[in-house]
Amino acid sequence: MFEGKTAVITGAARGIGQAIAWNLARGGADIVLCDIKEDWLAETAEGVKKAGRKVWCFELNVTDADAVQKAFNDIADTTGRIDILVNNAGITRDGLLMRMSEEDWDAVLSVNLKGTFACTKAVSRIMMKQRSGSIVNIASIIGLMGNAGQANYAASKGGVISFTKSVAKELASRNIRVNAVAPGFISSKMTDALSEDVRQKMLEAIPLSRFGSPDDVADVVSFLAGDHSAYITGEVINISGGMVM
Amino acid sequence: MTEAEIKDKVYDIIVSKMGVNKDQIKPESKFSDDLGADSLDTVELIMELENEFDVQIPDEDAEKIGTVQQAIDYIVKK
Repeated sequence: MFEGKTAVITGAARGIGQAIAWNLARGGADIVLCDIKEDWLAETAEGVKKAGRKVWCFELNVTDADAVQKAFNDIADTTGRIDILVNNAGITRDGLLMRMSEEDWDAVLSVNLKGTFACTKAVSRIMMKQRSGSIVNIASIIGLMGNAGQANYAASKGGVISFTKSVAKELASRNIRVNAVAPGFISSKMTDALSEDVRQKMLEAIPLSRFGSPDDVADVVSFLAGDHSAYITGEVINISGGMVM
Repeated sequence: MTEAEIKDKVYDIIVSKMGVNKDQIKPESKFSDDLGADSLDTVELIMELENEFDVQIPDEDAEKIGTVQQAIDYIVKK
């Protein structure tokens, strides 16, 4: 379904970003992988090649807006077009508010929110010329619910959600759709490391009583990236096993 | 570049950006009222003028460019 289309994914070295890259590649898209260190992308790139798609790797610090603009111009020069952008790059610096440093606040807001702004702005110029495009932002259910110990992360993801809706309104007349997904608890090295007790407690809060997989998220991202969601923009889809309804 | 050349190029940019015919464009044409530009068209047009003429047009100047002649005058002045 993505034949002839090019997708850019930030934070593509591992986890959900990697799953999204592979999922879009299986759908037929050529893939541009971005992460803060280019050599981290080797594994993801290998998987894209196995799916028979073209792959390009770019070193990109999403918090540097000028560098982002340059990188996206380079990407468009290399690939000819950008049809899909997935703003996935994100970090956590958890801690209770009373002990949260300014650095931890700034770091999380810079990568998660400012990074999404910088990449979206850079790609919007390219997509406006094309008169088409789909942007998918990775938010989080924490951006809707809040979470003790994650005030910075929650604020950044809540920001991503309202950013998504605003930009969707701005770009709709140019046939550019902007949507977000809000994953819940997704299996990762982090959830694997939890004690059995904590895992059990978390599972009790999830009606489908399992953690999500990175591919559960990637399937919805592919849906929003492609033409099956042609009449959806400014939407946020929870992928939380029913934890948030 | 002479003023006539600049005018020609500005007209060409308007034709390609706004999808209007060249004979529809007059110096006093307003982008929003006469040429049917919405706010994004205007931003795109300013960006295209910056690219084509290799100038920087700050936001406060861009706000003052409402007609074709104002655009030409601005480029000539630069």
